[in-house]
Amino acid sequence: MTDAITEIITPIRLEYRYTPGTASSRFLRKMKEGKLVGRRCPSCAKVYVPPRGGCPMCGVEFGEEVEVKSTGTVVTFAIVNVNFANRVVDLPYVSAEVAFDGSDTTTMVLLKGVGADEARMGMRVTAHWLPESEWDYTLANIDYVEPIDEPDADYDTYKELV
Amino acid sequence: MREVAVVSFAQHMARREDTRNEVEILLPVIREALEPTGLSSQDMGFTVSGSSDYLAGQAFAFVSALDAVGPWPPISESHVEMDGAFALYEAWVRLQHGDIDTALVYAFGKSSPGDVGRVLSLQLEPYVLGPLWPDAVSLAALQARALLESGKATDKDLARVVARSRRQALTNPHAQLSGSVEEAALLDEPLYADPLRVHDCPPITDGAAVLVLAAGDRARDLCERPVWITGIDHRIDIQSPGSRDLTVSPSTTLAGQQAGATADVDIAELHAPFSPQELILIDALGLDETRTTINPSGGALASNPVMVAGLVRIGEAATRLAKGEGQTAIAHATSGPLLQQNLVCALAAQR
Repeated sequence: MTDAITEIITPIRLEYRYTPGTASSRFLRKMKEGKLVGRRCPSCAKVYVPPRGGCPMCGVEFGEEVEVKSTGTVVTFAIVNVNFANRVVDLPYVSAEVAFDGSDTTTMVLLKGVGADEARMGMRVTAHWLPESEWDYTLANIDYVEPIDEPDADYDTYKELV
Repeated sequence: MREVAVVSFAQHMARREDTRNEVEILLPVIREALEPTGLSSQDMGFTVSGSSDYLAGQAFAFVSALDAVGPWPPISESHVEMDGAFALYEAWVRLQHGDIDTALVYAFGKSSPGDVGRVLSLQLEPYVLGPLWPDAVSLAALQARALLESGKATDKDLARVVARSRRQALTNPHAQLSGSVEEAALLDEPLYADPLRVHDCPPITDGAAVLVLAAGDRARDLCERPVWITGIDHRIDIQSPGSRDLTVSPSTTLAGQQAGATADVDIAELHAPFSPQELILIDALGLDETRTTINPSGGALASNPVMVAGLVRIGEAATRLAKGEGQTAIAHATSGPLLQQNLVCALAAQR
């Protein structure tokens, strides 16, 4: 068949009003104040940062709000060498999963202030916040984390998160 | 067939959930459904949910919702991108395997974040009809027009369906719309999508429903009055609304026959989001409105959380039988455009 239609394009566009939920909304409001907060599960006592709708391990609503520190430990990381659309950071860069002190979960942040070849698990870091005037309802208020002058964390202290 | 019963049911409906996300809505409803059984979600032999990611506008939203169950250590779990009633069907089949005795079925859906009429357009075939973006109300109006032109119903019949829904919803605390309304007054309302008036269409509802199934003696242990599923089946009509007679629902008739559902029942909960669809379903199931109480909850015209409302029909019918409001019931659920797919569940208070 010479006139076979092999492809059609049917554009789809839908608009939504997203509801982050009670726990995430609280987290985002606190981010705007320059505070990193999580919530503690009343069942397993783990602190989730950011908090979710409920503890995914126990299936219960979270309990008390807990402010965690801006210092933390690199639990694992990836070195990004491959170019992609809308990239804003120079290659290569290090994307790290950081457990902020007081949190039982990790958060993915950019690791700077150290060569990609020097990034390592257990590295102690601190969050570098954007200037206060730029704080908004977003985790992006933490621009990146950078190393601090502390000995690496012992593997046993974060192995559950790897 | 192995005996399977509904042993618990809980639901939550809201006009608009502005602050809570799906997990936060589900958590208390799951707890409420489990509480009378004394079981935890970890005790369940099988867990299955019904929802649509298109409602939330997020890929894999159904996976995030599992947080509400607490699936750790890992559980046996499944999902259907359909109304929760079809998830219940999967659970019923799973219970027939005989190696498990309990199942948790949940459904959730927020219809409010997007334009639900347009969201539902995406369930149409994507080559010819879908790209025209016919919204759900306009399609329902075409079906209503076909029904009126066929002479099988009049606009007075539509008003009768709505007045009954509003009246019966007065005793349903989960109903979004209820009231005492005169049929004549309804017909004085302006047309919205000719021949439908606004009251012929469902409200936009956010909600969740959770149901616990158990087999045999386990069901008798878990609750005082288990409500038995005596038959369940689902069937499908041609997808394209232009290729079938919109005034009838042969898939409902067939599903009813296969489920062994007889018309001589005390209660029928029919999932008819638009008033003409209730008339089509009554006809398809051969129900006698003077014998059977149709939609004692008010049905989907009273509250219509998309992907939840079908499971609610089964839960409502079972709850009423458990309370002694009748001995037998038919619960119906639909999915897809204009009653495309239909599930019929026959229920009985005693075996």
